[in-house]
Amino acid sequence: MAKKINLPKIGIHLFFGTFCVLCVLPLFLVISISFTSENFIRTVGYSLFPTSVTLEGYRYIFINPMEIIRAYGVTIFVTVTGTIIGLWCTTALAYVASRPGFRYARFISFYVFFTMLFSGGLVPGYLLVVRTLGLKNSIFALILPILMQGWYFMLMKGFLRSLPHSVVESAKIDGASEMAVFVRIVLPMSKSGIATVGLFLMLQYWNDWFLSLLYIEDQRFVSLQYLLYRIMQNIEALKVIASKIPGTVLDPLNLPSLSARMAMCVVAAGPMVLVFLFMQKYFIKGIAIGSVKG
Amino acid sequence: MKRLIDEAKYMKKHAGLLFLALPGLGLFFLFNYIPLYGLILPFKNYNYADGLWGSPWSGFANFRYLIAGDAWKITVNTLLFNAIFIVIGLITGIAFALMLYELSAKFVKVYQTMLFIPFFLSWVVVSYVGLALMDMQYGLLNQLLESMGGEPVLWYNTPKLWFAILPVANLWKGIGYGTLIYYTALLGVDPELYEAAALDGASRLRQIWHISLPMIKPLAIMLTLLNIGNIIRADFGLFFNFTRDSTMLYPVTDVIDTYVYRALRRLGDIGMSSAAGFYQSVVGFILVVIANATVKKIDPDSALF
Repeated sequence: MAKKINLPKIGIHLFFGTFCVLCVLPLFLVISISFTSENFIRTVGYSLFPTSVTLEGYRYIFINPMEIIRAYGVTIFVTVTGTIIGLWCTTALAYVASRPGFRYARFISFYVFFTMLFSGGLVPGYLLVVRTLGLKNSIFALILPILMQGWYFMLMKGFLRSLPHSVVESAKIDGASEMAVFVRIVLPMSKSGIATVGLFLMLQYWNDWFLSLLYIEDQRFVSLQYLLYRIMQNIEALKVIASKIPGTVLDPLNLPSLSARMAMCVVAAGPMVLVFLFMQKYFIKGIAIGSVKG
Repeated sequence: MKRLIDEAKYMKKHAGLLFLALPGLGLFFLFNYIPLYGLILPFKNYNYADGLWGSPWSGFANFRYLIAGDAWKITVNTLLFNAIFIVIGLITGIAFALMLYELSAKFVKVYQTMLFIPFFLSWVVVSYVGLALMDMQYGLLNQLLESMGGEPVLWYNTPKLWFAILPVANLWKGIGYGTLIYYTALLGVDPELYEAAALDGASRLRQIWHISLPMIKPLAIMLTLLNIGNIIRADFGLFFNFTRDSTMLYPVTDVIDTYVYRALRRLGDIGMSSAAGFYQSVVGFILVVIANATVKKIDPDSALF
């Protein structure tokens, strides 16, 4: 039997093909602009397929790479520290709350859950960090306030539900301490949960700019996203970067600031998008497991 | 007294577990419970020198200012846009998932990956994408308009356009995630149901109507109600960054979250911003409770609490 041509299926492929192109095209545009010569932009405008291609935007932002390197440093530090500590605290708390027979398990779950229902709002949190904790212009202001999220706790608890608690029990009978049980038995058995919540934490820290907006004025602690935000607010910020190099004389009228701005965006977002695309399958698998709640 | 001793003994016996729980409990206490004290802030005439407790009481003055000012506008904007987002997200999420379900795994993977890319971008990066398209001078959209003989549009100065732009941007960023959730639910449906229906001569569309949709209905209801519970909270990045915080757009794009932020950081008006935040917290809490009660009635297993 000859294979029937499946019209609806072709329609779906056409639809998704078009939609996906529309999804990705704007990103391609940003990349194109980053390679477009300033002259071309000023006369023609932003273009998907510029006829005048150049690296001057990239060269320009790397005249003085310190700013970018430092921003990468801040972002990487915040992301790594936040993800590791956040994972430890979330997993430990979720494990304790999922231990069958533990008297305070229910209380802990409610204690966390309540934070998802009711919050003091932005202002009290702001005053706490700035006044009580004195963390203005501290890198910890970028890590601590979002370390624990009720939602990640719930997600992790969902994963831990399938943990075979008999193994935990027998290890305890053999005299293992709670810490040893957690580190040697529970953690290795909850890899998919750790991968999923870890990805969420990473994404949250990597993409955060709001905490910087609230708490950071010190140049030294400007993260990648915040640097991007500042350049968006004020394209002059780019010129400041370049003007800091002693001995360079830049003609302010000829600065490739328009392409450099988009080059900055590519440099800041590109690597991580690739990383996330690579890790996407764990992410998808994690959501699939996590969302099938018992 | 005996009770207390008993509790203490129990705690000592499980000191290991409590030690594991402690950092998490402490962090939640510090960043989620202590700020609840701040809920008295809007009833104070706060000044930095006297602090929270020392500042004089001001009754409802802050709320009166808020109501006389922008309370109505920012509430309407917040609710309206979130309602639009919920409806569009629901329809597109389900429709995309149903379509993906018809395709083979190989294609699903490709499409899913493409749809997912914007999800990984921050709103800061997305605002660059927006600028590439909508820049008044160099943007691609204005070039397209002009090449078709139209007039260039001042995107960031024209509020009414954003009734369309914001939902599109929100859809673009969120569609990958929304589709994935419903697609996952569809994968959980027993394939034998479809086979049996096909044997009975049911068309694909009828199968979708009678099998797929009923199977994902509980999930759709639960997600929608959760979203309704959060309808008073706006996505700050979308409304603040993607609009480039353009003052001209405020009549349409100013929402509670951007208002609170501006009052706090630009104007330094603790009273006004904490009053708006208080209002948001309380209304949000009531909405979540109502939403949950509704879920409980429809499907007790899907209820949050």
